[in-house]
Amino acid sequence: MFRIYRITIFANSLINLKNMSKTSTAGNHGEDVRSDCLVKISLSTKGGIKLKLESRVERMYGDQIRSLIKDMLSFFQIKHADILLQDSGALDFVLAARIEAAIRQLIGDTREYLLPSADNKVIPSDRDRTRFTRLYIPGNTPKLMLNAGIHKADCIILDLEDSVAPAKKEEARLLVRNALRTVNFFKSEKMVRINQLPQGLEDLDIIIPQNVNVILIPKTETPVQVKMVADRIVKVDKGSKVWIIPIIESALGIENAFLIASASPKIVAVAIGLEDYTADIGVNRTKSGEESLYARLRLVNACKAAGVQPLDSVFTDVADAAGLKESAVRSKSLGFEGMGCIHPRQIGIVQECFMPGSEETEKACRIVMAFEAAESKGLGVVSLGSKMIDRPVVKRALTTITLAERFGILKKNWRQGYEKD
Amino acid sequence: MKKIKEHVNAAGRTVPESVNGKPAIPFKGIGKYRPDGNKYGPGIPVCSDYPSDGDKLVPSIKDALIRSGLRDGMTISTHHHFRNGDMLANTVFDIAHEMGIKDLVWFPSASFPCHTHLIPYLEDGTIHHIEGSMNGPLGRFTSEGKMRGVGVLRSHGGRYQAVQDGEVRIDIAVIGAASADPFGNANGLYGPSASGLLGFALVDSQYADKVIVVTDNLVDFPCVPWQIQGNYVDYTVVVDKVGDPGQIVSGTTRITTSPDRLYLAELTGQFCDQAGIIRDGFSFQTGAGGTSLAVGEYFRKIMKEKNIKARFARGGSNTYLVSMLEEGLMDYLLDGQTFDLAGVKSMAENPKHVWTSPFTSYNYHSKGNFAGMVDVVILGATEIDVNFNANVVTHSDGYLLHGIGGWQNCLFSKTVILPVPLFRDRVPVIRDRVTTLCGPGELIDVIITERGIAINPLRTDLISAVKKSGLPLRTIEQLKKEAEQICGKPSPAKFKEKVVAVVKWVDGTLLDVVRLID
Repeated sequence: MFRIYRITIFANSLINLKNMSKTSTAGNHGEDVRSDCLVKISLSTKGGIKLKLESRVERMYGDQIRSLIKDMLSFFQIKHADILLQDSGALDFVLAARIEAAIRQLIGDTREYLLPSADNKVIPSDRDRTRFTRLYIPGNTPKLMLNAGIHKADCIILDLEDSVAPAKKEEARLLVRNALRTVNFFKSEKMVRINQLPQGLEDLDIIIPQNVNVILIPKTETPVQVKMVADRIVKVDKGSKVWIIPIIESALGIENAFLIASASPKIVAVAIGLEDYTADIGVNRTKSGEESLYARLRLVNACKAAGVQPLDSVFTDVADAAGLKESAVRSKSLGFEGMGCIHPRQIGIVQECFMPGSEETEKACRIVMAFEAAESKGLGVVSLGSKMIDRPVVKRALTTITLAERFGILKKNWRQGYEKD
Repeated sequence: MKKIKEHVNAAGRTVPESVNGKPAIPFKGIGKYRPDGNKYGPGIPVCSDYPSDGDKLVPSIKDALIRSGLRDGMTISTHHHFRNGDMLANTVFDIAHEMGIKDLVWFPSASFPCHTHLIPYLEDGTIHHIEGSMNGPLGRFTSEGKMRGVGVLRSHGGRYQAVQDGEVRIDIAVIGAASADPFGNANGLYGPSASGLLGFALVDSQYADKVIVVTDNLVDFPCVPWQIQGNYVDYTVVVDKVGDPGQIVSGTTRITTSPDRLYLAELTGQFCDQAGIIRDGFSFQTGAGGTSLAVGEYFRKIMKEKNIKARFARGGSNTYLVSMLEEGLMDYLLDGQTFDLAGVKSMAENPKHVWTSPFTSYNYHSKGNFAGMVDVVILGATEIDVNFNANVVTHSDGYLLHGIGGWQNCLFSKTVILPVPLFRDRVPVIRDRVTTLCGPGELIDVIITERGIAINPLRTDLISAVKKSGLPLRTIEQLKKEAEQICGKPSPAKFKEKVVAVVKWVDGTLLDVVRLID
């Protein structure tokens, strides 16, 4: 590690000379931009640091911003530079990501400037946890990250792929890294959708060490792609507990669905992306979705066969709450165990549709009671009415009950309402 | 310049002994200040001085101002029924400037961005200072110490109080009306510039020395209903256009689309539901901010689900409240100011949509008012401190940017709820100490943020009502701490000693001051 670092610095000094007149830019600034900043840096050979700070919060945070910049410049050993920072209320993790991105463009340094991690601990997520709702957050829009966690999505996806412009990929990667370290996403599972391979592999180097739970691989078509990601994850962190969710978005991907779903023990779910899938087969996407029925059923079956969760695509009309509800009900009935959300207002609707219904809950309670009663009597075979109950059935019933308890449909002491036969 | 002595008031704020050369009384505590004597009375007019045929028309505003005796040092009042579509204030001071008049006091019921036009007159001394509100660029101008006199910020109720007890003596009131007759009877209900009501001008009509009514829709006598009575009016003027009602809907009168703010509104609705506030026959008031409007929508949803009907809602009316009235979710809409054209139309057509004034709703020098009868009011704030004190006029950087409006008056409602984001563009809303005190914490009951709800410890009833609700309850200190963890601790605003504006409490005493930006 140390050796690599020294080589990097040596290389830097060469690049430095070449980039003396170059100006680098990172971040965003403008009338409608909030909680972000734009940094422009050009290196020079003399004159020290000339900093021009234009900030909406200058009077409250000017000193803190200046001291952050100073610290970063000394970290990257920059002694002479002209810097313009136009700030619209960016938090430190945003400022630091933008400044680092601008510096990297100039000196090609691969060291990372990491702010202290917030005290929200890394909680490894369970393979089987609920993933009814996964909220997409564009990976280069800090404003949308700050409060993403308050909307109580099961999962939050920081997206490096489609929502980030090609020219912004590098800075988004650093921003997402910093967000994973500092932003409190509360109980949401933290996901990152990396770029298509091979670019996505570089994302992993930066993302994997930083409190992420799940990596989403876009446009997966073969199990080899999953293996490449799994291998890279292990290369970055041998003991990594990070899960993988491949997203299938093409006809070929669908044909390989089972192979993909079973390509790695790290896979917890497979998602389908219908915008790209319908484009790939050359049809329009409809709200009722007949055109993708085969693909969705095939994906559900592949997932069930591989023992992972099948996750449905997003519903793109944010204003159509009724359409979303219909779509979510249909999705659940096909066997999907969750949907993507592109707006926080979709979360509640989707969640309600995927929650266990009262009938389903009632049945689960009866199964569990019957099983426990049989077990206490030492009986090996359990039946409820005329139906045999085996362990997976009980397991599913318990999952339903756990969910029902979690959503307040069932009280923790529900057993008191049932007599043991 | 001689230094004005200052002392600490009952809220712990340091305030000057005099403002613009007149002695000022420091805040003594809520309901503690009891002035004696009689209300102020304007001079006795004689009806024989006025045309017996009732025709008070004069050719122009300038003519009316000259006949009213416009001269240096006078106090001129205008009103904000057209909100950002007001044209009258600018016209009046254009004329004053052209006539070379100096040192006027502008006494508006509120100012808007359209009044940025007046800045050159503040610079050249046509206007000495503003008593009312100083929004946006006018606030910035004031904060930078460029106004000649000290700005005075009052609530809508406080404005009424100041006129009634003679603290402010209006020399000339210029009232823009959508409809008027030559005698001066006027209303805001009808005509091409209909803006709803004229409640803010009521006190001016009754107490000002001279009253001018300006309209672009002259009708034959009688102009009914006479929201302004011609018997108080000196001159009437017809102009091409009195205001732009299209600009009534300005800034903060649309429902938010921000998911975070919508969540805040939803949480507020849930709180009111769980606390038992939303019940049959209750009453509520939501402010003009995007979040407040969204709260109204959640109220509607809860009321519909539970088949609950409110006795009345207080406006600021807007399309949302109007539709609730029309859906039968409330018996009456008591409206102090229309926030959009749906409100204007409804007020003109629906007898259950009743126009009010700061006298009925907020007035301090009266035998009670409506404010205290409202079960719950939803308001905004720029800052709130750990003692539940709130600020609505300055930002955390110290700049004066907003007026008080009816905010202070609404604090007398039975339950005051402030839904606010925990931070805005890095700036925490919950602070150790508000930059400027506008509302004492003892009147503020619940702070709702997207990251938790803090209830004023004084409200033990509310605390026990929602204890088991599952709502995310926090202490105000916890909220403050969380905001600072996210944003970092901001440096307090830096001021110089000079007072640029004062904040009046509803009784006319000095609650706090705004000082020159350092």
